[in-house]
Amino acid sequence: MRQQMPKQDPQLRRENFNEVALGFTSAQAQTEAQRCLNCKKPLCVQGCPVEIDIPRFIKLLAEGDPEAALAKIKEKNSLPAICGRVCPQENQCEKLCILGKKGEPIAIGALERYCADWGRAHQSGEQLPEVKATKGKVAVVGSGPAGLTAAADLAQMGYQVTVFESLHAPGGVLRYGIPEFRLPKEIVDYEVKYLEKLGVEIKTNFLIGKTLTLKELFDQGYQAIFIGTGAGLPYFLGIPGENLNGVYSANEFLTRVNLMKAYKFPEYDTPICLGQRVAVVGAGNVAMDAARTALRLGAEEVSIVYRRSREEMPARLEEIENAEEEGIIFRLLTNPVRLEGNETGDVTAMICQKMELGEPDASGRRRPVPIPGSEFALPVDTVVVAIGQGPNPILLQGTEGLALNKRGYIEVDPETLMTSIPGVFAGGDIVTGAATVIAAMGAGKKAARAIDRYLTERQ
Amino acid sequence: MKIIDKKQLAPGIMQFIVEAPLIAAKAEPGNFIILRYKEEGERIPLTIADFDRERGTITLVCQGIGKSTKEINQMQKGESFLDLLGPLGQAYPIKKVGTVACVAGGLGVAPLYPKAKALHQAGNRVLSMIGAQRKEMLIMTEEMAAVSDQISFSTDDGSFGYHGFVTDLLRQTLEKEDVHEIVAVGPVPMMAAATKVAKEFNVPIVVSLNALMVDGTGMCGGCRVTVGGETKFCCVDGPAFDGALVNFEELMSRQRYYRKQEQEALHRCRLEEAGK
Repeated sequence: MRQQMPKQDPQLRRENFNEVALGFTSAQAQTEAQRCLNCKKPLCVQGCPVEIDIPRFIKLLAEGDPEAALAKIKEKNSLPAICGRVCPQENQCEKLCILGKKGEPIAIGALERYCADWGRAHQSGEQLPEVKATKGKVAVVGSGPAGLTAAADLAQMGYQVTVFESLHAPGGVLRYGIPEFRLPKEIVDYEVKYLEKLGVEIKTNFLIGKTLTLKELFDQGYQAIFIGTGAGLPYFLGIPGENLNGVYSANEFLTRVNLMKAYKFPEYDTPICLGQRVAVVGAGNVAMDAARTALRLGAEEVSIVYRRSREEMPARLEEIENAEEEGIIFRLLTNPVRLEGNETGDVTAMICQKMELGEPDASGRRRPVPIPGSEFALPVDTVVVAIGQGPNPILLQGTEGLALNKRGYIEVDPETLMTSIPGVFAGGDIVTGAATVIAAMGAGKKAARAIDRYLTERQ
Repeated sequence: MKIIDKKQLAPGIMQFIVEAPLIAAKAEPGNFIILRYKEEGERIPLTIADFDRERGTITLVCQGIGKSTKEINQMQKGESFLDLLGPLGQAYPIKKVGTVACVAGGLGVAPLYPKAKALHQAGNRVLSMIGAQRKEMLIMTEEMAAVSDQISFSTDDGSFGYHGFVTDLLRQTLEKEDVHEIVAVGPVPMMAAATKVAKEFNVPIVVSLNALMVDGTGMCGGCRVTVGGETKFCCVDGPAFDGALVNFEELMSRQRYYRKQEQEALHRCRLEEAGK
């Protein structure tokens, strides 16, 4: 039987920011690892965007050697503690696991996390491969999952890598977006330190497109550039009342709490205003993160407002279950049409419309259709809009000759990830639109290889 | 990020000359920076009040109002800010239009100065009007005078210059001068009032908005303002906008949102000081 990861009790955890999932015990990890069939032609690996040799690391773990297992993972993935926590394994490696055909797949994500946490606790994996940076200088723009992965791989190939980050701390969405209770920032710090040990230099407070342009990076001797600036421009609903006080983008709400540590106000200076009744619009992972954060900040009632039904919710099942266990209310087939406020400009109500599902739309999901006369007022004093993000605009505005697609994302050659500017590569959300951490990491990996090929061929 | 000079411009208002060669190299009138002065600190946006590309310095002016700005003003020459990001925002387009009225209220002189200077250098006739609560709160008067063809002052209490609002000076100027453009920077009510006057005389007006923001790079959307019925982000679309199109009422309301927390932080800050 698949081992279940122990979690903090919902009643307790809804009041703290400590990690919810506690990780396997060593006995659990052993038991789970021993279930692996060690397939000759492992399908799981095909589901892994960063190509980890999954059966091999699990075998090493089953043999009682977590250190070797971790080293095996790190051959392909420099951020295992992060991936083990936030990857949607159920749609990737675990989805393809043979054991899943009849029973339950191996808990690959949980085992990856176990190895990474073991390594962190035992200071292992500190002995790094000796790599001399002899192959030239590469700049990486953005320190999110795509950028960090590209940087780590390039450093291991022998490049001198500098990562430029606009915020004051590295990690991108891992830092400002994903909350502490799902990904402790201590882990982000640890994984970033690992990169620094690989020789990667990280420059924070550096906004490429403003502080320096891409052209100036080339002038400074960087021979190739990887852009991994992500999708961080928040979308709003475009309904009346959206600029009332108490209406946040999920980005602002989560950035205040995660990056600026508003949950520790006034020990930290950045405040967050939160009412007793919070409505989060949207049903992706970001929406779940925002709703569960609001609960932990002390809101009495937190609901998810989503215009489609349960089946269409884009969040990971695990996160939906976690949210439910903690007492988040799901108002499904409900669409906000306008927000109302009081005389001081604070939001007081969300006017919603009930929906029903009609024919499938372009996304293949059944289109929600309003039910006439179904409007009702939901009393709220905080609204968080979590309906997605667009491309971060600054670098795109400040760079001449960088071709964008119709949706405003960077256009790249699908094979090499090279943009319309020679020597400039891009990957992750800034190319695909908002996706997952692991997809961005996969793109970072692919770009690193393409950059290596490009620079090798040029010599 | 080292503070190489600091001086008091007025009670509670400090000027810092900061070593920031990369930012100085790129800075244009209208740009701002975001700074943090300590690990627990907020990200504070401050306008680039001046820059010297050769020396590699930028000038910042900070008025100690909340806890963070008061603490920033405690920083001393020789110390360094923890984080400094910039230049941010759209540069203010400097064109030769003829006669430009440059109007500032209070701390608004700091963002106004680089624009007035560039407008003057571009060959415009610059008529400056500067208002403050009282005489000792008037700042950067010499710098402004040096880039203005005419300069006048107003104080709310009549302690210097015209007794009344700076927008009255604007009105008087528009009555007797042929002004082609107005640039107004200051507290939101002052910019709203200046816009009203500008509309009366049918003169285009540009205002520089100081909405609350977190990252300053277009990611939080906290600084959204309604301009011509559309939502704009002050940090990446602004901070300068056509005053005639700005919904000032909404902006004023949004700026009040954190007042309670600001007061709490300030109150605690005072308690801590009292306890020392």
